[in-house]
Amino acid sequence: MNKILEKRQLSEEVFRMKIEAPLIARERKPGQFVIIQKDTNYGERIPLTIADADPDEGSITIIFQTVGKTTHEMALSNVGDSFENVLGPLGQPTHIEKVGTVVCVGGGIGVAPLHPIAQAMKAAGNHVIIIMGARNRELIIMENEMKAIADELVVCTDDGSYGRKALVTEPLKEYCESSNPAMAVAIGPPIMMKFCAETTRPYGVKTIVSLNTIMVDGTGMCGGCRVTVGGETKFVCVDGPEFDGHLVDFDNMMLRLGAFKEREQEDHHQCHLDMEIAKKKRGALR
Amino acid sequence: RLAIPCQDMPSQEPSVRIHNMAEVAVGYSGEQARVEASRCLQCKNAPCVKGCPVSIDIPRFIKAAEEGRFGDSLAVIRESSLLPSICGRVCPQESQCQEHCTVGKSLKDVNRAVSIGRIERFVADYERAKGTKNIPQVAPSTGKKVAIIGSGPAGITAAADIRKAGHDVTVFEAFHKPGGVLVYGIPEFRLPKSIVEEEIHTLEEMGVDIEPNFLVGRTRKLKDLIDKDGFDAVFIGSGAGLPKFMHIEGENLVGVLSANEYLTRSNLMKAYDPEHAATPTYKSRRVAVLGGGNVAMDAARTAIRLGAEKVYIVYRRTEVEMPARVEEVGHAKEEGVEFLLLRNPKRILGDEKGRVRALEVLSYELGEPDESGRRRPVPIEGSESILDVDTVIVSIGNDSNPLLKQTTEGLETNKWGNIIADEDGKTSMDRVYAGGDIVLGAATVILAMGQGRKAAAAINRMLAEDV
Ligand SMILES: Cc1cc2nc3c(=O)[nH]c(=O)nc-3n(C[C@H](O)[C@H](O)[C@H](O)COP(=O)(O)OP(=O)(O)OC[C@H]3O[C@@H](n4cnc5c(N)ncnc54)[C@H](O)[C@@H]3O)c2cc1C
Ligand SMILES: Cc1cc2nc3c(=O)[nH]c(=O)nc-3n(C[C@H](O)[C@H](O)[C@H](O)COP(=O)(O)OP(=O)(O)OC[C@H]3O[C@@H](n4cnc5c(N)ncnc54)[C@H](O)[C@@H]3O)c2cc1C
Ligand code: SF4
Ligand code: SF4
Ligand code: FES
Ligand SMILES: [Mg+2]
Repeated sequence: MNKILEKRQLSEEVFRMKIEAPLIARERKPGQFVIIQKDTNYGERIPLTIADADPDEGSITIIFQTVGKTTHEMALSNVGDSFENVLGPLGQPTHIEKVGTVVCVGGGIGVAPLHPIAQAMKAAGNHVIIIMGARNRELIIMENEMKAIADELVVCTDDGSYGRKALVTEPLKEYCESSNPAMAVAIGPPIMMKFCAETTRPYGVKTIVSLNTIMVDGTGMCGGCRVTVGGETKFVCVDGPEFDGHLVDFDNMMLRLGAFKEREQEDHHQCHLDMEIAKKKRGALR
Repeated sequence: RLAIPCQDMPSQEPSVRIHNMAEVAVGYSGEQARVEASRCLQCKNAPCVKGCPVSIDIPRFIKAAEEGRFGDSLAVIRESSLLPSICGRVCPQESQCQEHCTVGKSLKDVNRAVSIGRIERFVADYERAKGTKNIPQVAPSTGKKVAIIGSGPAGITAAADIRKAGHDVTVFEAFHKPGGVLVYGIPEFRLPKSIVEEEIHTLEEMGVDIEPNFLVGRTRKLKDLIDKDGFDAVFIGSGAGLPKFMHIEGENLVGVLSANEYLTRSNLMKAYDPEHAATPTYKSRRVAVLGGGNVAMDAARTAIRLGAEKVYIVYRRTEVEMPARVEEVGHAKEEGVEFLLLRNPKRILGDEKGRVRALEVLSYELGEPDESGRRRPVPIEGSESILDVDTVIVSIGNDSNPLLKQTTEGLETNKWGNIIADEDGKTSMDRVYAGGDIVLGAATVILAMGQGRKAAAAINRMLAEDV
């Protein structure tokens, strides 16, 4: 069983958890993910990137944002609880090599999956520029961890409440012009990855994106995670999750992400009620 | 005996069953089973046995059933089959044992052959209902270890037979629940999950270790199981889990799902029970299911139960060529599924939100016979028509999942990606055997089981010779 060893709330909506998973910790590489199911009988299987792993301790770290039912339920779990099922490591590892200057762009929760990649890029001897962005100050995560890796770091917020008031594409464009990057890695909401790819395209800077399509099995069996890349259908869970951003049909992908919206919204509403009740209960115990 | 009427299978009424997930065929009573068994002529040459992939001694088990010795009857079946409750339900009997039955031949109708499968199901269910557990005998421990990849019928069977010989057996399963297609693909209304769970439970009681959430190739490389983890042999029963698509325009629209996805959401993830299950199902009003096999029937009938108003099966040939079991086709019709035959999808049309709005189909007529002897459907120019649907379920079959091949050097596959194995299931790799859909391509439960048994016997022989 995959016991929760540590839990920290990074921002109002973002949680970091260290989970016991020795077999996954042993094999995982940057860029790979797990599928977690809290409850075997009725739980949903959701993919989350392995943000970090400690093979000696036999643990992996996940960082997730509470966006709907399952992530809210996970956030209500505590140290000592377990997630009944964790499958992984899944997907192709990031291809890491020394190419020169690499611009790593992380948007919102995308900073979490970006972290191990940036780390590996640095270790491979690249000059690593990190751009991280979020809607506001509250939602900036892992700034210190990223600072420790980056040769250059830019933080921006949409509303200017912290760092530079800009979308991540602004500094990205500047670096494309000034620093002749060999490559960019962009991870975040689909719309951000789409515009990052559009930003680098005129400069011919190869841009890797990590796609977050809807998954069920994560093993190539259902095809629910399919996307169109360069006119061909690919399965994100086995062919990806990383692809050449210049070839991905983001518009189709974004539409597909909304396939189950109605039901998700109903559930989400209920989650917030549950979260409130849980908070009150905690308050009452104090 | 030829005058004894065929015993119909008692079933839930169509108008009732479309509102529940419970099993459609309720099963024979003891009296019915005995009457049906009495239709058997006890043929000396038993042509039926040759039609059964695992050569069950059919006349002998039917004789015992006729005499009301249901326990003995089951014992005969168990000599050859490990999963009678399952095969009695899902075997395509009309093209296996029953196809060759003398009674059916005499009455010139395969559907009036002795209902071998139904009797098989009855005796297996009868013993199960009595709660008599018969856990197979396990030989003293040999200290040898065998890894089984996948817990479908091939893996389950191999595990049981290898464990019986006293070896330690670990079954690695990618999903959170064991059973393979029996739990994620075939719906509850055709095969209750509790039956599969019981078979798995029996394995556990025999001392087989089942490791779910373990994807060989990713959680551990196949080669490492042998080189680093000390397994003396490996059996691969990883199935044919790679959904085929049509590669037509609009196939990635919202509302186009593979049957695997649709069925997994409903069966394994229990999306049919939204009150409890967290996994959503796609909300459909009008559904087109593409294909004519068992998978297509299961998807169509699931769609009906999930509340679709209209469900079409779109199939390129005619009903005669449909690979689905006759019984399933009949059930689907009773439940209101409409069959659009000699029609093939051309493209899927979407609305401004990228959701399926319609399916364009082309009509076909039957032309000259092709290599398989079936008359080849040829498109009729200008016969396009538009089907108003909001969901398209692609059920045109499965190829082999390439993961193991990709992550295992030296494992040879053919051009369809099926693992190449000899009569005994031996692959191109030392100590590695394979069987079931990963070798045969999408096939049947009973064939997978048969291959699991053969490979298990070969593995047991190899390990006995090992010093
Ligand atoms: C390879 C991969 C890695 C990911 N890594 C992370 C991560 O490190 N941290 C993180 O916070 N999120 C990550 N995600 C996204 C995460 O899986 C979704 O946020 C989560 O499934 C939402 O579940 P929910 O029930 O809480 O919300 P819901 O309300 O059910 O869904 C919210 C939205 O998430 C998407 N979603 C829903 N179900 C699934 C599903 N089964 N699989 C994938 N997406 C789904 C849909 O777009 C949906 O509209 C990753 C996704 C993928 C594919
Ligand atoms: C919807 C549907 C309906 C069907 N109806 C019928 C029917 O009526 N009658 C009939 O006879 N046949 C039917 N079939 C076919 C039948 O189910 C299959 O032929 C049979 O299940 C094959 O058995 P198997 O053991 O080879 O593989 P599967 O049952 O496919 O099991 C393989 C298992 O291996 C696991 N796995 C795969 N790769 C790995 C890995 N790398 N590591 C760990 N685990 C792995 C999978 O998760 C899966 O659980 C149907 C199939 C489907 C999809
Ligand atoms: S296992 Fe299948 S083919 Fe063999 S006798 Fe039973 S129903 Fe017929
Ligand atoms: S062929 Fe038919 S009648 Fe003859 S033994 Fe088999 S089941 Fe009985
Ligand atoms: S999640 Fe099912 S194929 Fe990728
Ligand atoms: Mg959800």
